[in-house]
Amino acid sequence: MAISIKDVEHIAWLARLALTHEEKEKFAGQLSNILEHAGKISELNLKNVAPTSHAVPVSNVFRDDVSGPCLEQDEALANAPKREDGGFVVPKIVGEPAAM
Amino acid sequence: MEYEAVIGLEIHVELLTESKMFCDSTTRFGEEPNTQVCPVCLGMPGTLPVINKKAIEQTVKTGLALNCDIALFSQFHRKNYFYPDMPKNYQISQYDLPLASGGYVEVEMEEEGYTTTVGITRVHLEEDTGKLVHVGGAGRIAGAEYSLVDFNRAGVPLMEIVTEPDMRIPVEAKAFAQKLRAIIQSLGVSDVSMEKGSMRLDVNCSVRPKGVEEFGVKTEIKNLNSFRSLERGLAYEIKRQIEAVEAGEEIVQETRHWDETTGRTSTLRTKEYAHDYRYFPDPDLVPMELDPAWIEEITSTLPELPDERRRRFMEEYGLPSHDATLLTATKASADFYEEAVSLGANAKNVSNWMIVELASYLNAENLEIDECAVTPRHIAELVKMIDAGTISGKIAKDIFGEMFETGKLPSIIVEERGLIQISDESEIAAIVEAVIEENPKSVEDYRGGKQQALGFLVGQVMRLTKGRANPALVNKLLKEKLS
Repeated sequence: MAISIKDVEHIAWLARLALTHEEKEKFAGQLSNILEHAGKISELNLKNVAPTSHAVPVSNVFRDDVSGPCLEQDEALANAPKREDGGFVVPKIVGEPAAM
Repeated sequence: MEYEAVIGLEIHVELLTESKMFCDSTTRFGEEPNTQVCPVCLGMPGTLPVINKKAIEQTVKTGLALNCDIALFSQFHRKNYFYPDMPKNYQISQYDLPLASGGYVEVEMEEEGYTTTVGITRVHLEEDTGKLVHVGGAGRIAGAEYSLVDFNRAGVPLMEIVTEPDMRIPVEAKAFAQKLRAIIQSLGVSDVSMEKGSMRLDVNCSVRPKGVEEFGVKTEIKNLNSFRSLERGLAYEIKRQIEAVEAGEEIVQETRHWDETTGRTSTLRTKEYAHDYRYFPDPDLVPMELDPAWIEEITSTLPELPDERRRRFMEEYGLPSHDATLLTATKASADFYEEAVSLGANAKNVSNWMIVELASYLNAENLEIDECAVTPRHIAELVKMIDAGTISGKIAKDIFGEMFETGKLPSIIVEERGLIQISDESEIAAIVEAVIEENPKSVEDYRGGKQQALGFLVGQVMRLTKGRANPALVNKLLKEKLS
């Protein structure tokens, strides 16, 4: 399956990546190769193989509903580039996409 | 042309657990921002989520109460999107393997006189998002300069219930949502408060010409923060869509925002909400294989649900379906009713005073039954006083306002205001005679066959006794003296 420039642009937008035209062309080729490689699997007969989401045969890892200590507000915000009134400050959400 | 609407709901419900869905941070509401958080729910690198078993139990319980099949194999997925309400840029949710699916809820449309069945597509579990406060632009996201994020709510267990598009009119959607709330209240798995946001409604709605099977293009309405908004928002949106279709315009599939003050829905800028979530199984969370014996155990702990309680109210208290439906509409109201009856008051009379008088006061003040000064003891006492002939129904109505306002017991108000009913036959007879004397014209009218004249004379007796005369006795004595 070939990935078009348009596909690359869409994926880049979803991942919030700004790509140059050269990069888009390069990635379109690389992504196509990756998919083609993965596509080889469909040449096998996998009718009786269940989809595998986890490599380890483990299920039901639960914890009891017990609460523990939380961070102090100062600790929680320690890595925030900017804070206000105890909140993390984030840039304008709706508007022109921020330049990257 | 005649059109019909096709309505489906998505309801988010915050579960009542002590700790969050995937970490042991507390779930307390209303605390200082970013104080109920830990490295896991802040999405710090290297942390690992672990499933809260209680949340699974509560979701299974809900699924069972909604007549769903419980999945013996289930799994969490990552829902990927960029939005600052989640620290990880994905939300842990469920995708193709939800915990419960394929259920239904029966909804009595009491005023309309029919019962409708709403299919439950699925019930799944996810983590709640953080809270955003928008600064600038009057607090709306659209004009804001920047926003503040509080992650206290991020990671709180959130149950999502999705219905089939089985509703046709706004009032059905409202009745369904109320029924669902009552069911969840009785299960005790959430406080389902629309005000606190522990119950949130999203609605999908489309229109089609009546008789056509194919669905029209649907829109989603957000920001419906009360049952009233749900009904109003839907009514507006249905009308808008029908007008657009009639004018030959195309309906655009989009998310619309309901504005309670203007009473309109408007387009939410959708580019930012691109539905391209690239779900994939969360590698941090291994699948769940629920033990059928555990599901059996949960089934056996299910409490009495609103439907059963409603049927029991009809059988045990001899109530009509209408009363039973209204009384069991919330757990608080059904509990209130049973407590009042247990205090020895007549079952049907308690029902009448609750669904007529008390309900109208609550409505006017926009209060819930457990938020007002009137308790089961008040209603029980009031009903017993009427039934014992101590006060008339009219007096009871007169003092209801004061009782509602002050929380004073009816016996106290009656005593303070000297309102005890006159049931002494000779005392009333004297007044009746005086009234007959003073109103010869009405007496003549009555004797001449005018029945209304009797009502006037009864009114005169009541006026003279300030409403305290026993009305049955007044009627009886007047008729005797006039015949």
